[in-house]
Amino acid sequence: MSVNKTSLRPVVRKTITHLAAGTLLLAAASAFADSFPTSKVDTTGLAVTDKEVIVGQLHSSTGTMAISETGAIEAEKLAISQINAMGGILGRKIKIIQEDGASDWPTFAEKAKKLLEENHVAAIFGCWTSASRKAVLPVLERDNGLLYYPTFYEGLEQSKNVVYTGQEATQQVFAGLDWVAKTKHAKTFYLIGSDYIWPRTTMKLAREYITRVLHGTVVGEEYAALGSTDFGSTINKIRLKHPDVIYAAVVGGSNVSWFKQLKAAGINGQNHTLLTLSVTEDEAKGIGGPNLVGFYSAMKYFQSLNTPKNQEFVKQFKAMWGAGAPIGDVTQAAYEGPWIWKAAVEKAGSFDTDKVVKAEESGTITFDAPEGMVYLEPNHHLKTKLRIGEWRADGQADIVYTSPYIMPNPFPKGY
Amino acid sequence: MDGYSLSDLWSILVMQGFSGLSLFSVLLLMALGLAVIFGQMGVINMAHGEFMTIGAYTIYFCSKIVEKHFPEIMPYYFIIAIIAAFAIAFLIGYLVEFLMIRHLYRRPLDTLLATWGLSLIMQQIFRSLFGAREVSATLPNWLMGSWKATPDIDIPLNGLFVMAVSIVVTAAVIGFLFKSSWGIKVRATTQNRVMAGAVGINTKKIDRLTFATGCGIAGIAGAAFTTIASTGPTSGSLYIVDTFLVVVFGGSASLLGTVASAFSIAQAQSILTFFMTNAMGKVVTLLSIIVILMMRPEGLFSSKVRK
Amino acid sequence: MNAFYNRWLGGKKGTIELAILAAFIFVVLPLGLDVFRLNMVGKYLTYAFAAVGLVMVWGYGGVLSLGQGVFFGIGGYCMAMFLKLEASDPISTAHQTTPGIPDFMDWNQVTHLPLFWEPFHSLTFAIVAALVLPAAFAYLIGAAMFKRRVGGVYFSIITQAIAAILTILVVGQQGMTGGINGITDLKTMHGWSINTNSAKYVLYYVNAALLLGSIMLCKYVLSSKLGRLLLALRDKEDRVRFSGYDVANFKIFTFCLGAVISAIGGAMFTLQVGFMSPSFIGIVPSIEMVIFAAIGGRMSLVGAVYGTLLVNYGKSAFSESFPSLWLFLMGAMFIGVVMVFPNGLAGLYETYLKNWFEKLLSARLSVRSNAIRGGLPNEQ
Repeated sequence: MSVNKTSLRPVVRKTITHLAAGTLLLAAASAFADSFPTSKVDTTGLAVTDKEVIVGQLHSSTGTMAISETGAIEAEKLAISQINAMGGILGRKIKIIQEDGASDWPTFAEKAKKLLEENHVAAIFGCWTSASRKAVLPVLERDNGLLYYPTFYEGLEQSKNVVYTGQEATQQVFAGLDWVAKTKHAKTFYLIGSDYIWPRTTMKLAREYITRVLHGTVVGEEYAALGSTDFGSTINKIRLKHPDVIYAAVVGGSNVSWFKQLKAAGINGQNHTLLTLSVTEDEAKGIGGPNLVGFYSAMKYFQSLNTPKNQEFVKQFKAMWGAGAPIGDVTQAAYEGPWIWKAAVEKAGSFDTDKVVKAEESGTITFDAPEGMVYLEPNHHLKTKLRIGEWRADGQADIVYTSPYIMPNPFPKGY
Repeated sequence: MDGYSLSDLWSILVMQGFSGLSLFSVLLLMALGLAVIFGQMGVINMAHGEFMTIGAYTIYFCSKIVEKHFPEIMPYYFIIAIIAAFAIAFLIGYLVEFLMIRHLYRRPLDTLLATWGLSLIMQQIFRSLFGAREVSATLPNWLMGSWKATPDIDIPLNGLFVMAVSIVVTAAVIGFLFKSSWGIKVRATTQNRVMAGAVGINTKKIDRLTFATGCGIAGIAGAAFTTIASTGPTSGSLYIVDTFLVVVFGGSASLLGTVASAFSIAQAQSILTFFMTNAMGKVVTLLSIIVILMMRPEGLFSSKVRK
Repeated sequence: MNAFYNRWLGGKKGTIELAILAAFIFVVLPLGLDVFRLNMVGKYLTYAFAAVGLVMVWGYGGVLSLGQGVFFGIGGYCMAMFLKLEASDPISTAHQTTPGIPDFMDWNQVTHLPLFWEPFHSLTFAIVAALVLPAAFAYLIGAAMFKRRVGGVYFSIITQAIAAILTILVVGQQGMTGGINGITDLKTMHGWSINTNSAKYVLYYVNAALLLGSIMLCKYVLSSKLGRLLLALRDKEDRVRFSGYDVANFKIFTFCLGAVISAIGGAMFTLQVGFMSPSFIGIVPSIEMVIFAAIGGRMSLVGAVYGTLLVNYGKSAFSESFPSLWLFLMGAMFIGVVMVFPNGLAGLYETYLKNWFEKLLSARLSVRSNAIRGGLPNEQ
């Protein structure tokens, strides 16, 4: 096993776990810790010693959301174990305290509070749904904690205590619509989402963009109750309207019903264009590849991404969590969290929240992620690309389009 | 609805009618097992959704085995797997009755709590066995896609399938209850336990079989739903609300009530979601159910709910 | 004074119970816990309101309501609406499309405050609504069910269905209710910040006092003629009815009382935790509230509080180290409390500890009385 070129790059950009490199760095690490004495790197009473730093991990490992959050839990653990193998952060090993949000928002708030006020964790990697993030946010702001949030979400939020490693709505929506309008010559759109804040906001953006920028028409806009499993009537309405594109953001168990019933109604990738914002490899596993063939997803990352960096990541992930584990967009975004935190801490030379936030807002934090280079913008979101994937029967997607870098814009004007 | 041709509207009408019927058979199949147990034994099985999940995982498990070892029977495995789903859910139901339910017949409210506890345990067992992520079974081709009745009319095959299963199971339940000797014993036990015992019916055995059958039917339902919905550790919780609504609205004791209630809820929801949005349709349906329940808390058909 | 002693406190036994409970939540817990854990206990104690309500409705009234979360939720939402309006003043919401309305309305393209939100600018109205609305709703349900003699399991699943339907409604009407996220980010009450440590202490004590007050109120009700009728009714409903009593009205009253007590808990929850979400209305929390009461002992008002504390402590402790084990334990608790300890903690106390405890007590007393008698020969 040889030390490859990446390990010669600045520490910030390193993602390798080669043992050789690890041991080399380990020696350097103790010297590192000496040059960053605990009294210097932690002036606010965080759980930092000369040897280790404690972080929190707060996802649902039980309840209905465990289906989605499992990937994020796994990815964060992988990233942290890799960082530790490289010598940790400022010479300190990362120790994880994992808490279960149990798919229940008040529990998320309670556990976040526990992590910050009892364990004094230096950072929290966690949350998945907007609801859990909204529940945790006041706690974070009051106790001045740090949260690294991995899910693509609706935007309309920017807290100094949160880094959003997933895409906000404008990043996911506009480029995807451009692509579908251009390649499919689409003029009419049918929008359908689950009935909560993320699809509603996303669809609002989409509607404006379709009518104002693309000069197309929205022929139907529809929201399905969360957990709804019956789409018969909705599908009939879609048939009646003959839209060029079905634009979908259905989530959870409903998502599976939605695609299975579409397929059964004779709507498939050969005869209709469907672009969805809510299917990653994780969902594809539950929906079943054959039900998705020929449909498109707009995501910043697909497991099939053909770069050495990503292949390495996929290999490591499978080695740690088994060959069957799919890697979706959110999983990859969750993997970025600990690395971004590491980069920011090292730039700040401190674990103190305010100094880390200052480093994050400097606009110089970058990370060579599996999806490619990502740049942390001062508005706490990542500058990334958008990709369109076409689903195959095996539950993987072929990437058919990659956009240029898109600036995050959580508060879009005029929408 | 201007701008649509008459043939367009006709085919939508047909498909819409079908989706209403299809939802009806889904709701009926969901509620049947619960209705049998509740109607005949006065016991509410809160783990009903989890017994459905057992059925769904059975299909998943069978599809994996068949795919790997016997790909030649792939087209037919689903039928066998459904029978397996019934058998497994039946056996587990039998066991649960033996270990738990039979001690609680005099305390129906307590059964409710105990079976809720059981549902929590079962969810966690699913999670430990099959992982927290959703899975999907590979379905045979004849279950996927649609049947083109005319160039404009697509009838979902999985809908047809669920409908067929639903009809068969309902017919079987009615047949057993009213024609077989087992059914006569079950009804005798329901109507007068002491007398039934006195004439030599083994009421304990009857209870056990009834409970296990209800669970088995839930297993079939869960198996059939793998064609239209998701399979995960908490999938059962997606169905449980609808299931209870159907049974409550139908008015417990009669199977006819369950059928009528499934039919009216399905039609209302299907028609409303066509003319409103999906979410609004559901909301209006639910509100109507609340209002009707307030005026008629015994449900549509009531006979023996008085306490 | 004697009437107060007998009826509100429940005689000697009741007074001792209450005194121990009061000492525990007023003195022991605040001294033994830091402000974070105390706030958590405060949160659990708000669930105890629902459990106390259930002891009345289920233990004494004999009807198991699986919709107790609905009332908890109504109370909580009423308080949350007031707090949210105060947090959404035009200045701090200036960046919104429509300043001055709650943020989630703005996200959902609502451009003016819905009419039913308007009165919630007033705290008095919010508090009155938090008490009256649940009572009215409970009356509606109760009147519809009990007048027609619907009871038993059927009543339970109807209340459960109502809980499920209301959750879906609240989640679906997100422009008006905050949807699945609930009403979050609540800050001040008439300018008084509810998030500071001192506020947490104040709220904890207010909450504890209200809880004790509720328990005393229930004791008072139980010591009245109504209480005796309830017991009679639970054992032989028909005989009470044949004696000329309108059974339904007693049940309705108890159901409403339970609803109001739960609602107080809900309102206090919102104040202590700083948000309210639909996850309290649905089936799961409602059933969990039943388990709190069941673990405590379904006939024991004081036990309900201990039951709530114990289950929640277990939940939090277990889920910190073995999240998957927790569900097994919770499930086992449901089954065990039904099959093995149907009378919960109170039952355990009665069967095992009480004799020992009383022996200890009487031994002490007799020693003391012997001492007083100055060594007179024992009469025995």
